[in-house]
Amino acid sequence: MIRFDQVTKLYKGNARPALNSVSLEILRGEFVFLVGASGSGKSSFLRLVLREEQPSRGQIHVLGQDLGRLSSRKVPFFRRNLGVVFQDFRLLPQKSVFDNVAFTLQVIGKSKGFIQEAVPDVLKMVGLAGKASRLPHELSGGEQQRVAIARAIVNKPAILLADEPTGNLDPSTSAGIMTLLERISQGGTTVIMATHDAGIVDQMKRRVIELVSGQVVRDERQGGYQTQTLPVQSFGAPAGARAETL
Amino acid sequence: MRFGLILSEVGSGLRRNLSMVVAVVLVTFISLTFVGAAILLQFQINQMKGYWYDRAQVAIYMCTDTSTDGNCTLSEATDSEKDAVRAVLQSKALASLVDRVDFEDHKQVFAQYKKQFGGTSGADFVTPEFLPETFWVNLTDPDQADVIVESVSGLAGVEEVTDQRAYLEPIFGALNAASFTAVGIAVLMLVAAVLLIATTIRLSAFSRRRELGIMRLVGASNRFIQTPFILEGVVASLIGSVLASGAVVLLVRFFVQDYLGAQTEGTPLIGLGDAVIVVPVLILVGALLAALSASVAIGRYLKV
Repeated sequence: MIRFDQVTKLYKGNARPALNSVSLEILRGEFVFLVGASGSGKSSFLRLVLREEQPSRGQIHVLGQDLGRLSSRKVPFFRRNLGVVFQDFRLLPQKSVFDNVAFTLQVIGKSKGFIQEAVPDVLKMVGLAGKASRLPHELSGGEQQRVAIARAIVNKPAILLADEPTGNLDPSTSAGIMTLLERISQGGTTVIMATHDAGIVDQMKRRVIELVSGQVVRDERQGGYQTQTLPVQSFGAPAGARAETL
Repeated sequence: MRFGLILSEVGSGLRRNLSMVVAVVLVTFISLTFVGAAILLQFQINQMKGYWYDRAQVAIYMCTDTSTDGNCTLSEATDSEKDAVRAVLQSKALASLVDRVDFEDHKQVFAQYKKQFGGTSGADFVTPEFLPETFWVNLTDPDQADVIVESVSGLAGVEEVTDQRAYLEPIFGALNAASFTAVGIAVLMLVAAVLLIATTIRLSAFSRRRELGIMRLVGASNRFIQTPFILEGVVASLIGSVLASGAVVLLVRFFVQDYLGAQTEGTPLIGLGDAVIVVPVLILVGALLAALSASVAIGRYLKV
């Protein structure tokens, strides 16, 4: 579903790579936490999957497409298979909840009839059935994030990327969002979530990929925010070399 | 559905940047009016050239007893010398260039002189002998006048050979200068218009950067994203082009035809037909420039 082969990402004017020779594979339907300190490369990872950036070295395959060979004209069509959620929601403040979700479908050319059916369905799924005509500022943070999630999944993407979706929310609201993401994952969508929230990671017991300074230092099935076992599932590099970086 | 969405985006974009849009309309209006004026001036020059050059003749002035100019030595041109000129004009080399030759002797020249200058001071002192006998040569192709001038001016008894077009050159020079000035101003104004359109579109895109970001994120195609902005620029500049076209037509109708027509009777002037040719040129130039500068301006927001 998503495969990174020796991917290195260098930004201009910074000798230290944001991602350093990262190799990993994420399968269909997996729920993956991406953890690590700020600047460890989590966001770069997500931007690479979205093809907002191109790797400096290495290859990325997403949904069977080699992103290095994807022409920029086809990028928009590739992105229609991905949903994205951010910490700051990124809703359009002057549009109602319904219109915020419908906007996604309008700009990719869906018919009015399709929109009239799909939007109420997805709003119901995220638990906002009665609030379709509200404006974003009339909603709580948790509700706004639900709108953002509804917008991300209304087109039924194969992959949902979430960049610290609970970063602005209190613990109980976060738990509600996580329940929602879990339900989406159970529907067959691959979910990749970058987060700092140790409680959530520990509680969910899902796959955890930890990044330190652009390197994968841990890749555990059913892991916690901090590891209890000795880590390292090697991808492409000898285990000893990985251990040294710890 | 999508078409309606794009149009409503264009409408809201135009409303949001109303002052910039008005600036774009005015600048394209003025610049394209100058472009139109320059084109019309060229039309006018061509028309006048066609009109006057057809009527311009080469004059071959023969010697008089009082002249020392050219090949003259204070003696009247003899009949044989006149025949020599005639022979040259009818020779094989020149016959194809010469349409018609008229000869005026002293009496006819004097009569013509009396008609033009009779009554002015000094005219009474002129007698027929002072005025040179003249061959008037009409050419099939006025551009070939130099050939006639060169072949005849060396002949004995010829005082001077004049291509009458030379008298018109300063007029055409002045009109050409005016036309180039108009083009120069037009180019400057068009540069300003292009930059203004680009700025307006950037501003419009900036005020909608949230929407643009989300559109890119959810996979709206580049064409879908950029079309409203390009249309926004094109609509603004089209309004300017239409105003400029109207100005050009009114200029021809009221200034050229009514005012200049009354002032300069007999001079051929451009008509509404010429103005109508200019209109589509202006509209096309306006639309193309706007589309180009808008698409360049929006390009920065489309990088994926």
